[in-house]
Amino acid sequence: MTTNDRQSLVSVRNLKKYFPVGQGLLDKLFNREALAVRAVDGVDFDIYPGETLGLAGESGSGKTTTGRLVLRLLEPTDGTILFAGQDITHLPESDLRPLRRRMQPIFQDPTASLNPRMTIGQAIAHGLRIHHLAENAADERRQVLDILAKVGLTPPEQFIDKYPHQLSGGQRQRAVIARALVLRPDLVVADEPIAMADVSVRAVLLQLMRDLQKEFGLTYLFITHDLATAKYICDRIAVMYLGQIVEIGPLPQVYSNPRHPYTQALLAAVPVPDPDARRTQPLPKGEIPSPIHPPAGCRFHPRCPIAEDVCRREPPPLHPVEGEPEHLVACHLR
Amino acid sequence: MEPLLQVENLTVTYETRQGPVHAVDDVSFTLYRGEILGLVGESGCGKSTLGMALLRMVRPPGHITSGKMLFLGRDLLRLPEEEMRKLRGRHISMVFQDPMTSLNPLQRIGDHIVETIRTHEPQVSKQEAWDRAAQLIQRLGISPDRLKDYPHQLSGGMRQRIMIGIGLALNADLIIADEPTTSLDVIVEAQFLDLLRELRDEFNLTMVLITHNIGVVAELADRVAVMYAGRMAEIGAVRDVFHETLHPYTKGLLASVPSIRLEDGLELETLSGAPPSLLDPPPGCRFHPRCPQAKPVCREAVPAWQEVKPGHGTACWLYDEEEA
Ligand SMILES: Nc1ncnc2c1ncn2[C@@H]1O[C@H](COP(=O)(O)OP(=O)(O)OP(=O)(O)O)[C@@H](O)[C@H]1O
Ligand SMILES: Nc1ncnc2c1ncn2[C@@H]1O[C@H](COP(=O)(O)OP(=O)(O)O)[C@@H](O)[C@H]1O
Ligand code: SF4
Ligand code: SF4
Ligand SMILES: [Mg+2]
Ligand SMILES: [Mg+2]
Repeated sequence: MTTNDRQSLVSVRNLKKYFPVGQGLLDKLFNREALAVRAVDGVDFDIYPGETLGLAGESGSGKTTTGRLVLRLLEPTDGTILFAGQDITHLPESDLRPLRRRMQPIFQDPTASLNPRMTIGQAIAHGLRIHHLAENAADERRQVLDILAKVGLTPPEQFIDKYPHQLSGGQRQRAVIARALVLRPDLVVADEPIAMADVSVRAVLLQLMRDLQKEFGLTYLFITHDLATAKYICDRIAVMYLGQIVEIGPLPQVYSNPRHPYTQALLAAVPVPDPDARRTQPLPKGEIPSPIHPPAGCRFHPRCPIAEDVCRREPPPLHPVEGEPEHLVACHLR
Repeated sequence: MEPLLQVENLTVTYETRQGPVHAVDDVSFTLYRGEILGLVGESGCGKSTLGMALLRMVRPPGHITSGKMLFLGRDLLRLPEEEMRKLRGRHISMVFQDPMTSLNPLQRIGDHIVETIRTHEPQVSKQEAWDRAAQLIQRLGISPDRLKDYPHQLSGGMRQRIMIGIGLALNADLIIADEPTTSLDVIVEAQFLDLLRELRDEFNLTMVLITHNIGVVAELADRVAVMYAGRMAEIGAVRDVFHETLHPYTKGLLASVPSIRLEDGLELETLSGAPPSLLDPPPGCRFHPRCPQAKPVCREAVPAWQEVKPGHGTACWLYDEEEA
């Protein structure tokens, strides 16, 4: 079965989010055109039930904005978002509420995500109440203890009454995961969920997220700037550059046969934990340009080692890689 | 190999309300001229404290309790503060994770470098110092025009280059870099690591590279030092530490690091438990509560340092010949 035959859980087409940037007084006086950060600028992808789609790219490439759009925490500028077949692009908050339970976020900083004045138990129970998921107080407590045990905060009786500051960073992130999963969501949008943890804790959290995905049949949108971590959890991966997807496909295909020069550079730049595998490939010059005035044509052209005239004129569309129909690349020459 | 800095039995203590915390506990190692020593270990194991101690810049309530630090033969711990201040910046320079904290946001980059040069070399004129700054920054891949910029106008990668540049402008012998690439994106990080490698070759720089990123150490370091709970667990050439790992903690740490290579598979080892509180560390080997190979003696006595082969040593009972 190819991914195209499956009904997607999330389907995003031509999605855009422009943030207006504050105009200076001079700009207003001289009637200069309003500027905008094109954080997400025409993105297409599907997420299929039970899979993990990775969203990778350097900081500022639009990963977080894309995740927040999918969760409808931001109002899209253009494009469409379907969730379980329903168009949610401009759904008002009142209509979104029943869907909110089904799509849960996990953010990078567990400390910022938890209310310091609520115990872990209260934080988890809060969601159950909002969505009327507990029959009575006893049922609520049972569900909270249950999920604490599932995320490895054991024995759960010892954790239910703890405040966030009484937990380690890794334990706090487990509590955040518990708070999301107790609602039995379909989709979890995890934005750099392990980036703040220590090396050894990262491995533990990654394993936990994999186990829970299996157990609960979860679908993940896994946002990360770390391509090595992505390898351990993503089935497919999308690489973003300046608000656009430059390459997307099954992770083993993208990693073993990267076609976009940017993907190639990104993969080569990741240090391998083996001193016998030091990098020999050259790196692209310079840094990512401003998303306010992105380069014309292919946005990577000023840094691309193989750019040609057409690259400066026309934006390359995403198209399948030869022999790998689910692997798409946006490059004129590949 | 010429020793540049010999650290002997260094202990650094934070006097906290709950009691003393020995963040660096009886640590000894030698740093050789021209090498890059990677210093790794989990959060809170004492890496930054050790780095600051090498500059005698541990902040209160911390202080260096005992030990020796022989820099080119002189014990830094016996130098008067005045002498130490001259050495700092001039011979030993530091680069932090967030260079914004070491740069004045209201001062142009160029003025900052000129001022730093002239503090240490008052005989140099402003113009000379500016020219030297311009040459350097060009060498670091930044246009000299940028000297007129304020720190916030530069990208994170540029700011890190500038910080290294300030050390170079003063011909520092030793640079201590604490998580210098942690806030950088992967391509910018790789560019910066390339630059460090080139500068080391060109200026015979000696560097202590403190990082939690094992990949960065594998990419750049000549030797690796692994710390655990304030103590040195293992030191050796990078290949030996990665491929002939001695200490069970190093083994666990390395096995938990994700690798981008598809052939390395999808399984990661996970170290059970967490590092101990340094207020009340476990007796004997501090790693014993988490160690899969712990023996009865590990719970009782501190393992002595064993030089298992020349240049590759560890503190672990498994390698103690009398015990074995
Ligand atoms: N100002 C301080 N007062 C009291 N204890 C401190 C202070 N600074 C550090 N410590 C303690 O000293 C120990 C070592 O801290 P240090 O910052 O050197 O660790 P590190 O290895 O650099 O960690 P990280 O990887 O998180 O940067 C920790 O237990 C820490 O809690
Ligand atoms: N609320 C906002 N207002 C203005 N600009 C924003 C806002 N959020 C994000 N941006 C900009 O949008 C771009 C993409 O940001 P983000 O989605 O956070 O990227 P990533 O998660 O990949 O680092 C960046 O240039 C960022 O500065
Ligand atoms: S379209 Fe042209 S500039 Fe863009 S990545 Fe491909 S070759 Fe490079
Ligand atoms: S001394 Fe014992 S407990 Fe410590 S690392 Fe060696 S075997 Fe493990
Ligand atoms: Mg982000
Ligand atoms: Mg530190």
